[in-house]
Amino acid sequence: MNFDDTPQEAEFRATARAWIGANAPKQYEDELRKSSLGRTVLRNADILDVAKAWQKKKADAGWACLHWPKEYGGRGSSPIERVIWSQEEGPFGQLSRMFIIGHGMCGPTMMAFAREEHKRTYLPPLASGEKVWCQLFSEPAGGSDVAGLRTRAEKDGDDWVINGQKIWTSGAHYSDYGILLTRTDPTVPKHKGLTMFFLDMKSPGVEVRPIKQASGASDFNEVYFTNVRIPDHQRLGEVGDGWNVSLTTLMNERSAIGAAVSTGFPELFEYCSGLMLDDGPAIEDRAVRSKLANWAVKASGLKYTSMRAISALSKGERPGPENSIGKLVAGSMIQDVATYALDLQGASGVVSGEDSELAGRFQAMLLRAPGTRVEGGTDEIMRNIIAERVLGLPGDIRVDKDVPFNKIPTKGRS
Amino acid sequence: MNFDFSDDQKQLRDQARKFLAEKCSPKAVRVVLDGKAPYDKELWKGLAEMGFLGVAIPEEFGGAGAGHLELCVIAEEMGRANAPVPFSSTVYLAAEALLIAGSDAQKKKWLPAIASGEAIGTLALFEGKGNPAPKNVKLSAANGVLNGVKKPVPDAAIADFAVVAARTGSSGRDGDISLFLVDLKGAGVAVKSLTNLDPTRGQAEITFSDCKAEPLGAAGEGWSILTQILDRAAVLCAFEQVGGSDRALEMGRDYALDRIAFGRQIGSFQAVKHMLADMYVSATLARSNSYYGAWALSTNAAELPEAAAAARISATQAFQHCAKNNIQVHGGMGFTWEFDCHMYYRRANAMALGLGSLSYWEDQLIDRMRKKNAA
Repeated sequence: MNFDDTPQEAEFRATARAWIGANAPKQYEDELRKSSLGRTVLRNADILDVAKAWQKKKADAGWACLHWPKEYGGRGSSPIERVIWSQEEGPFGQLSRMFIIGHGMCGPTMMAFAREEHKRTYLPPLASGEKVWCQLFSEPAGGSDVAGLRTRAEKDGDDWVINGQKIWTSGAHYSDYGILLTRTDPTVPKHKGLTMFFLDMKSPGVEVRPIKQASGASDFNEVYFTNVRIPDHQRLGEVGDGWNVSLTTLMNERSAIGAAVSTGFPELFEYCSGLMLDDGPAIEDRAVRSKLANWAVKASGLKYTSMRAISALSKGERPGPENSIGKLVAGSMIQDVATYALDLQGASGVVSGEDSELAGRFQAMLLRAPGTRVEGGTDEIMRNIIAERVLGLPGDIRVDKDVPFNKIPTKGRS
Repeated sequence: MNFDFSDDQKQLRDQARKFLAEKCSPKAVRVVLDGKAPYDKELWKGLAEMGFLGVAIPEEFGGAGAGHLELCVIAEEMGRANAPVPFSSTVYLAAEALLIAGSDAQKKKWLPAIASGEAIGTLALFEGKGNPAPKNVKLSAANGVLNGVKKPVPDAAIADFAVVAARTGSSGRDGDISLFLVDLKGAGVAVKSLTNLDPTRGQAEITFSDCKAEPLGAAGEGWSILTQILDRAAVLCAFEQVGGSDRALEMGRDYALDRIAFGRQIGSFQAVKHMLADMYVSATLARSNSYYGAWALSTNAAELPEAAAAARISATQAFQHCAKNNIQVHGGMGFTWEFDCHMYYRRANAMALGLGSLSYWEDQLIDRMRKKNAA
């Protein structure tokens, strides 16, 4: 048992470290390091511009999308090299956030299902960050129940005509392309009537409206489709096989091993270490210490769970299912941590924004936190996944499984 | 990076699991639970024969000389089987104390006897209520004799010798405490068994009256040695707790698959599924923290104090969580003597206190994290 690199890994790490040291946008390092959930990170630059520039620089030197094949703009690296890169990239990895969906989900789906000429056309600019992609799955009628989506695609000559609405689309407002899951046959059970496409987000009839979140910020959008035409050659997979295609996409979403999940603990520990309460330093207070200790072991538990998965990758094995706990644990933890940090501030905790304690760091965290327990699979869906796929418990009884989609009730009560 | 046990160590784990499945069935555990024997002597003998008792004891002292990672995988299996033997007191406490502080003669006398299963040892630290702290050690040592009362002392009623923490000064500092080695079969020792939460591992009170004792380690070094012993035992106990958590989770999962109510498997209800998923989360966090503890223990890393406290807290919480919810999944049957659920519930809650309670370790963890940050 050890934490050492193999000689090959050490060599890769040294090369990556040297290149990052010479090329990363260091002027933003401090701000990126201090960023936390719910807080805008750069004061004097547009983060999208900085992110695109960094991505392009990486691509030009062969450091973009490490796990992709070279012919599509990647590096053909092993999974462990991808992990080492992200460890070395450190705070600059924050700049990759706007590309996560494109690189992690859209790209792999295109690789698996698009025509060769499309792969060669679309993937390299996606890798280099020149083009940004989004994923259009969730709908008002289908969140956790994605297969309940209603956006229609109807064949018209060599095209498909799209009408409907998507929601919770991250980055749709700055995306150039998207992958789109639609219903092509409402007369068969819900999982069987779906078909996947990719499309140009600038197509006529696509309208993007930002959602104002409970936090006040806007990271997501509604996307409306009115008679949008998509040529049939942009179909991904067979007609009616969209559910299976989407599973490829979602599997990739959940396989980001070694990606650091934000728990809020380092921020809270640092805060408590310097905080004075009415009767002495917070860190000397028995109640504070007990809270901190309980969160400390969750944070370290997640860290070493991730190390176990990385070790499996290093040996060329598939990591076990234990990594599925990360988002579930971190999501509610960061919410609790933020709540407690405000509790320690007393009545003044209510003040948020630039003039408040730590410029409102924990207030921003609190307001953004509810989203982390919903996005990418709610806590409840994550528990179902653990119960069914890890523990082998029965799936939920699905009352709509064999019912034609257009016969499924749409209202709880009338 | 290879943050995992080696293939050989995993093989040893499988071997221990197989051995314990055969020799330490719930039925065998119940013989001790029901008070028909103080511990499972046959199993103890078998563990010695398998080389498990001396796995981390160097060969020159009669052990297998394998190491602490090997001991961790065996500990996990001991916890999974809920083994009714004085393994933790003898191997994690007494043997570790000797390895850290024993003279050559002391090691030669006791370590081979531990490895062969002939000697049972324990650590006599607590004196009634309270957590590990120098001020709680009142038993006095003067002129080579001990006077005072220790309780609870794990497995004292069946132990041959004890490492005893005693007061040798009154300065109010850690240096007031020294350790002694006592032959419990000698004069001046009175042992009284105590009823306790987990009858599969005994607890007793020892009264020392002008009892002869030899020093273990240098005078005044007792507290520093004790801290090391407790840290090392915390990691090893964490593996027992991880094994117990996994077993309690499995029992709950299996019952949820077998039991039909309202016309379906109860494991198909989300209320039950999610409870089991949360148990899995706790057990996984505990396992990962314990692996880090194992790494620190086996390499004697500077991170050991922090890693041990984290493993201790995480594994204690996980075992308590899994054991109590295992009963909940079982419903009424889980609350019967006949079902095995309560054996894990008892063990989980007894283990949560044995090396000092959760609140003590929470305090330790924060102190140690601060120390690291200051360094």
